[in-house]
Amino acid sequence: MTHPVDILLVVVILLNFLVLGTPALRMTIRAAALQGAVLAVLPLLVHRGFGWRVAAIAIATMGIKGILIPGLLEKAMRDIHIRHEVEPYVGFVPSLFLCAVGTGLAILFAGNLPLAPEHVGTLLVPASLATLLSGFLVLTTRRKAISQVVGYLILENGIFIFGQLLIEAMPFLVEAGVLLDLFVGIFIMGIVINHIRQEFSSLDTELLSELKD
Amino acid sequence: MSLPLVLGGAFLCVAGGVPGLFLPPGAAARRIATAGSVGGSLLGLAGAVSVAVTGRVEALTRAWPLPGAALHVELDALSAIFLVPLFLVSALAAISGARSFGDDEHPSDARRTRFFFGLMTGAIAVVLVARNGLLFLAAWEVMALSAFFLITADRQSRESRDAGRLYLFSTHVATLGLFGFFSQLRSLTGSTELVPLPPGVAGTDAGTALFALALFGFGFKAGILPLHFWLPPAHAAAPAHVSALMSGVLIKTGIYGILRFTSLVPDPPAAWGDVLLVLGVASAVLGVAFALGQHDLKRLLAWHSVENIGIIVLGLGAGLAGRAAGRPDWALLGFAGALFHVVNHGLFKSLLFLGAGEVVHVAGTRDMDRMGGFGRVLPKTAFFFLAGAVAISGLPPLNGFASEWLVYLGLFDRARASGSDALRAAFAAPALALTGALALACFVKAHGSVFLGSPRGDPPHAHGEPAAHVAPMAILAGACALLGLWPAGIAPALARAAAIAAPGPVPTVTLAELASLVTVGLSALALVLLLGVVALFLRRKLAVAAPTAGPTWDCGYARPTARMQYTASSFARGPVGYFGWALRPRAKGAPVTKLFPVSASFESHVPDTVLDRAIVPAFRAGAWAARKGRILQQGRIQLYLLYVVATLVALLFRV
Repeated sequence: MTHPVDILLVVVILLNFLVLGTPALRMTIRAAALQGAVLAVLPLLVHRGFGWRVAAIAIATMGIKGILIPGLLEKAMRDIHIRHEVEPYVGFVPSLFLCAVGTGLAILFAGNLPLAPEHVGTLLVPASLATLLSGFLVLTTRRKAISQVVGYLILENGIFIFGQLLIEAMPFLVEAGVLLDLFVGIFIMGIVINHIRQEFSSLDTELLSELKD
Repeated sequence: MSLPLVLGGAFLCVAGGVPGLFLPPGAAARRIATAGSVGGSLLGLAGAVSVAVTGRVEALTRAWPLPGAALHVELDALSAIFLVPLFLVSALAAISGARSFGDDEHPSDARRTRFFFGLMTGAIAVVLVARNGLLFLAAWEVMALSAFFLITADRQSRESRDAGRLYLFSTHVATLGLFGFFSQLRSLTGSTELVPLPPGVAGTDAGTALFALALFGFGFKAGILPLHFWLPPAHAAAPAHVSALMSGVLIKTGIYGILRFTSLVPDPPAAWGDVLLVLGVASAVLGVAFALGQHDLKRLLAWHSVENIGIIVLGLGAGLAGRAAGRPDWALLGFAGALFHVVNHGLFKSLLFLGAGEVVHVAGTRDMDRMGGFGRVLPKTAFFFLAGAVAISGLPPLNGFASEWLVYLGLFDRARASGSDALRAAFAAPALALTGALALACFVKAHGSVFLGSPRGDPPHAHGEPAAHVAPMAILAGACALLGLWPAGIAPALARAAAIAAPGPVPTVTLAELASLVTVGLSALALVLLLGVVALFLRRKLAVAAPTAGPTWDCGYARPTARMQYTASSFARGPVGYFGWALRPRAKGAPVTKLFPVSASFESHVPDTVLDRAIVPAFRAGAWAARKGRILQQGRIQLYLLYVVATLVALLFRV
């Protein structure tokens, strides 16, 4: 637990709980943004050699995950007048409980994985799995489309952490890919949100069930 | 030099339709497309005939940047015997179709139809020469899809859209079977090329699966019972010249597939031949029985395609059984009979469809119960339709008799042998005879109710018979007569093709000697002379005593009307009743009871039993099950995400 990477990862895991536990929509966006910013520092610490490529990835991650996307979401919240409350299908306490169970299982599961020796002691894999799970929880238990984007963002953060494991094998290809993927994904969801709003004058995905055949 | 001719011809057929897609509809587009079809077909015909006559083999291979695929084409006598009717019928049907399905009556559909007509001709040609599995499948699919667009040529009619949908489903299921067939073939031979199977494989389970897949995939296209159900609606809905090419040639690609497959098998088990014999008997007898029950002229002809495919499959079965029994003479007679019937059916069935197209055009309906007396306005069509009817019923002196003769001989020779072989042949030969008799009854009904008697519906208006319509029929009828009178002429080509279909020992005598084809030809000629003498005698008699017009014997009715004639349905009522267990005819209407009955109506139908009792219920059950599955579809994104994750987790645990 003394490794600085582990401290950052603990912060990431705690932010997962914050996203799932807070009823304020704005807070979830900011927590996701903070998580992105924390993760931007991660490559700098994981890699001993400090090259321009690591710096570029850190800056890009910070820019996109920490500033650009949260900024867009906040702007969306201001532009479309909706209630600034998370509307969950599953309540906050059960969500937190599920998240805790998930995190515990992730730690147990990571202990059984055949990992490279340099990754065995760290929290990289458990944090990654726990973040993936939390992102998925947000995606499935929250009703507003903006919450869905936040969930997607957190899911991608989990993949990003996992990508750190592969950095020796495929230097930065993964990160660059993930960033691009994320950006395009958010972009498309932005368009979708806009269309949902025009169609239903609400962002409740519940109303989408009217579209089913 | 023949292969480039065939490929060039195929290309020309396809290319001819392209300018019409961009030109405004009219005479120019029509002339280019027809010229392309006719010119390409003549080129291809030259190439195919030269190979059929000389029996040489030409191959061409080009690389194709697709794993396992190569542009490998090969032209041999077996391909040629299928290519000859293809190009002949395509050229004649294109001429006839340019007029009968023209831009005036079908402004938006005619040019599309001409394009797909050429495309289908070209694709069939490629199917017939392809020697690589993937090339074969690609050409097969182009062929199948262009046929779909041809069946739905008349987009406005609901009937043709329905028929097209049924066809599309059938052809894709068939193609699925063929995908299985080619992958199984590849796993047994280790190559996507069509190379022979190693000896001993055919008798194993893998070999049986291969045969079953081939029979399913190719049998669907050929229309072997019970995989025939797409065929009657499709042939009825398509324009007449398309039906002619489809029924005459397209469905034979299924037969070609089976033949090409068995040519790759060094040692076919006896059971394969028996299966084909049973399927052939079922298709032939039930096909003609269903044909007897039809009111729709084109549907009737389509059911006869099922019947004739049955006869061809019977020949294949006899040939395969002969190979398994080590009797090259049985094999030669069976295969040559099947191949001869392929050619013959291509000729007389397209002749009949072209004639039917003209009749339907004049009548404005396909219902035979509303026709009658058309012989007076369409005398030439009536004559050529009669020729086609004689040929398809297997009567001498035309070609249908000659090819069925070969199949009969193959079965008789086998029936005279001892043991269980004889028993099987002994049940197939009478079935073939029954088929012939029923076919004759059916065409007496069809020809009689269409061309003879007095009009039952609106009287047909005088219409004229343009040369573009009569000439193709005359050429086809002439070809039927030529093959009937001189079957020995085509015998060497048939024997060469049969030798490719049945590799191994060949009989010591030629096919013409084996089947005494010269005698058959001479007897046919004698019959023609006899008929000529009788006709001359009758004409002389008529000249002496001029006929007077008067009422026919009318059973004492005071005022006979056209409605009192035998209709197509009443004529066929007896035989339809005999086959009621399979045909399940439906009748609606009240019996006439009192002396002065109130007005009553009666109608009867013979629907397709397989389609109505098996296919449609199966699909209803499928739709019902699918509706039950809709409980999964709640329209919530969150739920769908859960499904995705559940699937991922399930996959993870499987791995």
